[in-house]
Parts: sequence; C-alpha cells; structure tokens
Amino acid sequence: MTDARVVPGRLLLSGLLSGAGLMGAVDEIVFHQLLHWHHFYDRASGAAGLVSDGVLHAATLSAVVAGLALLADVRRRGEFDRLRWWGAVLLGAGAFQLWDGVVDHKLLRVHQVRYGVDLAPYDAAWIGAAAVLVIAGALLTLRTRRR
Amino acid sequence: MTALAGLLTAAVLYVAATWRCRAPWPLRRTACCLAGLAAAGAGWALAGAHGDLRTHMAGHLLLGMLGPLLLVLAAPATLALRALPVTVARRLARALRTPPVRWATDPLVAVPLNAAGLWVLYGTGLHAAAAHRPALAALVSLHVLVSGYLATASVLAVDPAPHRRGVGVRAGALAAGTAAHDVLAKWLYAAPPAGVLAAEEGARLMYDGGTVVSLLTAAVLWRRWYVSRAVVRPAAAAPARPWAAWTPRTASPRSSTPSPQTPG
Repeated sequence: MTDARVVPGRLLLSGLLSGAGLMGAVDEIVFHQLLHWHHFYDRASGAAGLVSDGVLHAATLSAVVAGLALLADVRRRGEFDRLRWWGAVLLGAGAFQLWDGVVDHKLLRVHQVRYGVDLAPYDAAWIGAAAVLVIAGALLTLRTRRR
Repeated sequence: MTALAGLLTAAVLYVAATWRCRAPWPLRRTACCLAGLAAAGAGWALAGAHGDLRTHMAGHLLLGMLGPLLLVLAAPATLALRALPVTVARRLARALRTPPVRWATDPLVAVPLNAAGLWVLYGTGLHAAAAHRPALAALVSLHVLVSGYLATASVLAVDPAPHRRGVGVRAGALAAGTAAHDVLAKWLYAAPPAGVLAAEEGARLMYDGGTVVSLLTAAVLWRRWYVSRAVVRPAAAAPARPWAAWTPRTASPRSSTPSPQTPG
C-alpha cells in the first residue's frame, strides 16, 4: 500500500486511540487513585455495569499503546500533521468521557462521579466537559482536513 | 516435585539446544527462557495456596501471564528448528503446520480458551475441589501454564507461524482477553469463592497485575510491528514532505532519544 492511502487514516486512528486511552488513564489515576472519588466497585451495580467497566479498562489501556505505536509510525513517515492529530486526540478523549458519563454513570450506574454529595453539578460538569472536548476535536479535525 | 523436575529438564534442554544451534543464539532469548521457567516454577509453588486468594493469585500471575510472556520471547520453536538435525527439524516444521497446531496458535481460539479456563476455574467449584486433590491441582496449574503460553504465543507470534493474523486482529484478541480477565477479577471481588482468605486483595492483585502484564504484552506486540519489515520498508521509502522539517526522525526506523552516557 502506498503512503498516500495509509497515512491519513493512520494519523486519525492514532489520535482517536491515544485520546480515548489517555482519558481512560486520567480517569483511573486522578479520580480513582488520587481523589478517591470513584470506587473500584461499589457493589450497587449489576452484571452489565461490571462487564462495561472491565471492557472499558482493557480497551483504554490497549488503545493508548496502539495509538502511540501508530503515532511513531506516522512520524517516521514524515507525514505528521500535529494539529490534526491533536484534533483526533480531543475527539477520542471526548468520546470516552461521554461514554463514561452517560452510559457508565447514568444508564448502567457502574459507579458515580462522587459519593455523598448532590450529583447533578458533578454530572453536568462531567458530561459538559465531554461535549466541549468532542466539539473542539471535531472542529479541529474538520479544519485540518485539507492540509 | 514433578513440576520442578519438568521445568529443570526444559531449562537443560533449552541450554543444550543453544549450544547445538546452527547460528549464534541471542543471549537475551536464553535469559528470557530461564527467567520464564523460574517465574513458572515460583508461580506453581504459590498457586498451591488455595485458601489464601492473594498468594494463589500471585502464583497464577507468574504461572499464567509473566512466565508465558518470557517463555514466548525465548522463541523455543525457532531454537528447536535450528538445533535439531535437519530431517527432524523438517518433520517438526511439518507438524507445526498441521491444522490442530494452527488452531491452537490462532489468537481467535487460544485467547478465548485461556479466558474460558479461568472462568471455569473460579466460576464453578473447581477451585475449591482442587484444594484437596493434589493431582487435580497439578492439572489445573499445567493448564494455566500451557493455555497462557498458547494465548501469548498466538498474540505475539515470535515463533514462525504460518497464516499469521494481522496486527489489528492480534491486538484486538489481546484486548478482548484482557477485558475478560478484568471482568472476572471484578466479579471475584464482588463474589469471591466460599471459604478463601484475602479474597478482595486477591481480586485486586488479579486486576492490577493483569493490567501490568497485558500492557507489557501489548508494548511488545506493537514494538515488533513497528520494527517489522512490512512496516519499515514503505516507511523508509516515503518521500520527504515539505513539513518534514518539524519531524527530525524520518529516516531512521529505530531512532531513540539520545540518553546521556555517563562514563564509568
């Protein structure tokens, strides 16, 4: 396959995977380990929530490794468009955050953002931040399309 | 005792084969083999603590994940093909291409089988049953080692594999196997087997340890992809672009950040 066909897709895929993976790592490190807002498993959620959480964890850690390997390859080919990659990163991070905030926290109720407080502002901030990331990422990706 | 003898025999056979090998055999592969066998041996001993889930789980991490990863990196089949007499090596190469071996080393078979084995072990009464039956416990440990090896080997494909799956499929299979492992760990945390000590710590260890070894495996997988010929050749042939100026690392496939070398 020629570079012209491989690289544009690989650049986007790399950004999306890295963004989703990095956001998963931030979630794990900041909210679980440092703040202790989230719990490993809060015993209130059902089997679906348990499965969703485990799958998400495995997917994010696989995604970040794959995304960085693809990034290394795109850079080596000399076709690296930095802004476009960052756009894809924001899009991937926002998509992860949105899934975590809407599906994990609200629909499946795996765990909540924080315990023992009024959840509404936390959920609004979580999902709002996700929406901002998705919009910023989409705008950046679209604007750099023709470079 | 039998397990220890088996592992020692494997170590002796491997080292003897490196002497007979037709080309110089890399020392790091031998080191991987010996470290992998040591990890498997330690894991085998620790896995015997059926009543203490934390110790048992530490054993299984060594026996079914870290040991197999090191043993796969030792490339035993490649060594055997290079060390055995040519006629025997040909027969072995033919055997490796037969359908049963091909299925057993297909990531879409080996990874689900490895995960299913763990679910059977902790989801049924097998774990409790093995506590009082040494022969059954040995069989379970052997299964954990062998299926862990096959799953890792199928994902990394270090040894020659006819009809090897693409990197995306292998990375996906690894992620799916990790997901099954994570879900099982959380489920063990929520509903541990009856009558075991340190169940929550054991489940956490399974989750965290599994994450670390899976990350290592994924890093090895993608590193091998990055330096593989199929990816390096088109990358090296890529024409220079105007904006290549900000990407200084374009030509060298193995470029690394310069590290300060301190003398002495």
